[in-house]
Formats: sequence, structure tokens, C-alpha cells
Amino acid sequence: MIHKYFLNGYYIVLDVNSGAIHVVDELIYNMLDLVEPPVLPKCPQSVLNAFKGRYNLDEIYEAYDEIYGLYDIGQLYSEDDYEQFAGMMVNSPIKAMCLHIAHDCNLRCEYCFASTGDFGEGRRLMTYETGKKAIDFLIEHSQGRRNLEMDFFGGEPLMNFGVVKQLVEYARSLEEKHHKKFRFTITTNGMLLTDDKIDFINKEMSNVVLSIDGRKEVTDRVRSRVDGSGCYDVIMPKFQKLVEKRGPKDYYVRGTFTKYNLDFTKDVLHLYDAGFDQISVEPVVSDPALPYSITENDLPVIFDEYETLAQTILACRKAGRYFNFFHFMLDLDQGPCAIKRLRGCGCGNEYVAITPDGDIYPCHQFVGQEEWKMGNLEDGSFDKERKADFATANVYTKPECKECWAKFYCSGGCNANNQNYEGDIRHAHKLSCDLEKKRLECAIMIKAAEAQG
Amino acid sequence: MKHVKTINNANLKESAVKGGCGECQASCQSACKTSCTVANQKCENK
Repeated sequence: MIHKYFLNGYYIVLDVNSGAIHVVDELIYNMLDLVEPPVLPKCPQSVLNAFKGRYNLDEIYEAYDEIYGLYDIGQLYSEDDYEQFAGMMVNSPIKAMCLHIAHDCNLRCEYCFASTGDFGEGRRLMTYETGKKAIDFLIEHSQGRRNLEMDFFGGEPLMNFGVVKQLVEYARSLEEKHHKKFRFTITTNGMLLTDDKIDFINKEMSNVVLSIDGRKEVTDRVRSRVDGSGCYDVIMPKFQKLVEKRGPKDYYVRGTFTKYNLDFTKDVLHLYDAGFDQISVEPVVSDPALPYSITENDLPVIFDEYETLAQTILACRKAGRYFNFFHFMLDLDQGPCAIKRLRGCGCGNEYVAITPDGDIYPCHQFVGQEEWKMGNLEDGSFDKERKADFATANVYTKPECKECWAKFYCSGGCNANNQNYEGDIRHAHKLSCDLEKKRLECAIMIKAAEAQG
Repeated sequence: MKHVKTINNANLKESAVKGGCGECQASCQSACKTSCTVANQKCENK
């Protein structure tokens, strides 16, 4: 399978199964419309006929030979050898946990998927005892894995920061004994950040996600406080201080774009100009009937905007202004192995979410949907059959993914979005796919442009 | 080659044989929390 497209002056050909990315000229780009595997060593008459007159014969033969050469070394129309590995996907150790330390929030963001913080389950905070049980559960179920991840999530985790600190200390106390390494992350709206909290986060958290949507008017429109006022003026200086003191450790300023700001390149640039160089601004995923929702009708505008953003990034980098946009990050040589790419996020199998009541869900996006509950820490229940079912959700058991050129980049997308909007974890959420494919095309184009110099 | 420039090592198949250790970051833990991109994750063994 190949995927080819023309973007920003580049003819790009992706060989899906080998992962090869080729930047080609117009002749090869068009010739590939007439070439199918198995590619023959000798240029077929039909190809000659199609291009003679427009190109000289030597050029046509030469271009065809290059196509054959790539085919011959397995970088064009390469075979799909991966399905055998997909068949071996079984229960894995649990290595990552989203700890819902607070089902409460001090903001009332219009688009919140967590029903303004409580996930529809009532406002409450996780106790230290429940958090300890979550850590014990993670250690018990992570046999064979050394690196464990725990994200302090909410609601707003800073509303229960005392317990966060206690749990970090508890987890660290178990690392040596169990041969584990905890990597903590925290996702915060910033309202309650203080110097002490900033110092603790910067010391203990391997990554921190700072929620802000970009320009003041964009952020304040949807990220409002309980009294209806905006949060931008409170959080911006706190985030700037945190990042200034953070040094080389990972962080992201993380925004959501909605129908209200389809010109989100301006928000990305605003965040960069405010001093942030690790930026993620992502599409809202929501019921299409809601006023801020992105729908299929918005796609042409969003696609143009992603192109604008990609071109803007290239221009900035050329001018020595470097920033990283999360969804355009792509490591074409040293990225994750193909096995990882088959199964993606690992939700419900390698990754679970824990609520303040100790309920276990496949991931944070499923929390509050009772029918997806997998167990509870208090009564010791855990649905291993459901875990096994999630373990087999991979790009070869998702019919739309199996035939998609982007499958080794998105790895089957978000199972929760698939369930919530298409009714099945194995049916790809089309809108998310369309956006993801466009982002990938832009990300690869950036690589192509940088490779061309 | 005159008409093609290949910009990466195309080592996906090789990675399947050596891969699968499971030590790398869960993709949803990095920044997104709503939309997966897996290809931007780092391999823990390189």
C-alpha cells in the first residue's frame, strides 16, 4: 500500500508497510498512477505511451527504473508482514494509570468532557487510602515492566494537591523494593498554582500539561470560572513562571480548539510569543449538535488551517524561532516499534483510569459510563475478560484501520472516541481520522521540507 | 537517484522483529488525552 499527496510544493509518497517516505518529482508522482505491484523490471508500454511527448524517453526509462529499484529493495508497495504480530496481541501488564485525584474543578469550561469535573458522578476528592490502593494495584499488575506512568488528572488535581504529594512519596518509597521507576505527570488548569506547587511539580513530575487555549479572548470564552469570568489573566503568569523554572524537563501548554477559533494558528503563535515552545492545540471532540463542536462541514477550513500552521512552523524555524507542535511531531527513524504501532494507546489493557471511589475504567474517557467499569479497588474486582478484549483491539481488528494508510501513525485512534461516536471501540471515529490524516500529511511535509533544506 | 529522495531509513519491518518490549510511554499520557498520535512517541530502547 502506498499513499501519495502533493502539499506545499512537495510530491510525497509514503510506503505504508516499510515506513519509507519518498519526496519525488512530478513525473514519478504521476507515473505511480499507472504502476501496480508486482512492479516489472521493464517499463511497460502503457507507461511509455502515457508520458512520451511530455518527457523524453530516457527520462521516462530512468524514472521507471527508480520506481522499480525502490520496489526491489522493499521501499515501495512493500508487503504487509504485520498481521501475524497482531494475532499475538494478548493481555499485557498494566504500566500506565490515570489517577482521577479530584472529581471536582474550579473552572466550568464549556467543552469539558468530564461534565465540568465530576464526570457526572458527583464532586469528590480521592483519599490517600484509595490512592495507595491504586499504586499497589499498578505494582501488582505490572509484572515484567519497569517503567510505570501515573498521571494525576481530574477535574483539577491541584484541588487535592496534598494527596498528590503523599502519593508521590508513597510510590517513590516502593520503587527500589519492586524494581520500578515511576514517571509522574500532572494535567492542570493552573488556577491554584503557587510557588511551592510549581517547585514540587518541577521536581517530581516528568511531564506537566498546562491547559490554556491560546489568545485571551479564545481562552476566556470557553474556559470560565464559576462566576463566569475568564481564567487567562490568572493562569498565564503562573504557567510562564512554571516553565521558566522548569529547565529541560518535558511540559506542554495544551489547548483545545473549537468551532469558535478555527484560526488556531494564531493561538499557537500567541502561546509561542508568550514564552512557550512545547505546544499542543487539539480539536474538541464532542456531540456534533453542540454549538462549539467541530463537524464535517468545518473540515475544509481546518485542513487549510493545518497547512497554514505547518507553513508557519517552517517559516519560524527558518528564522531561528523554534517551537514544537505536538501533533506535528514525528520521528521517522527512531519512533516506536511496529508492535507498539499496532495497538496504540493500550487503554483497558496496559492503561487504566481510577476514580476517587476506586472504580477502574479502561481510560479517563470512559469514566462515568457505568457499563464500561472494569472493577473496583475496594472490593478487589477486576474484569480480566474485558481487559483481554481491549488487548485484541488493534489496527488489524478495526476494519477501517486495516485498509488505511495512516494506521502505523495513529495506531487505531482513540477507542473511547470510537465507542462514543461510532458505537464500537473497533470502528474508527471518522471525523477524528480525517483530522489525524491531515495532520500527518502536514507533519510529513515538514520533514520533507527540512530534508530538502 | 535523480527523481526520488528518500528521507528516512524505512526500518519499520526491522522494528517489528526487535520490538514489543512495552517499556515506552502510553501515548495518551503525553499531552493529548483525547486524540491519539502514536508515531510521535519515543522508543525506550534507542
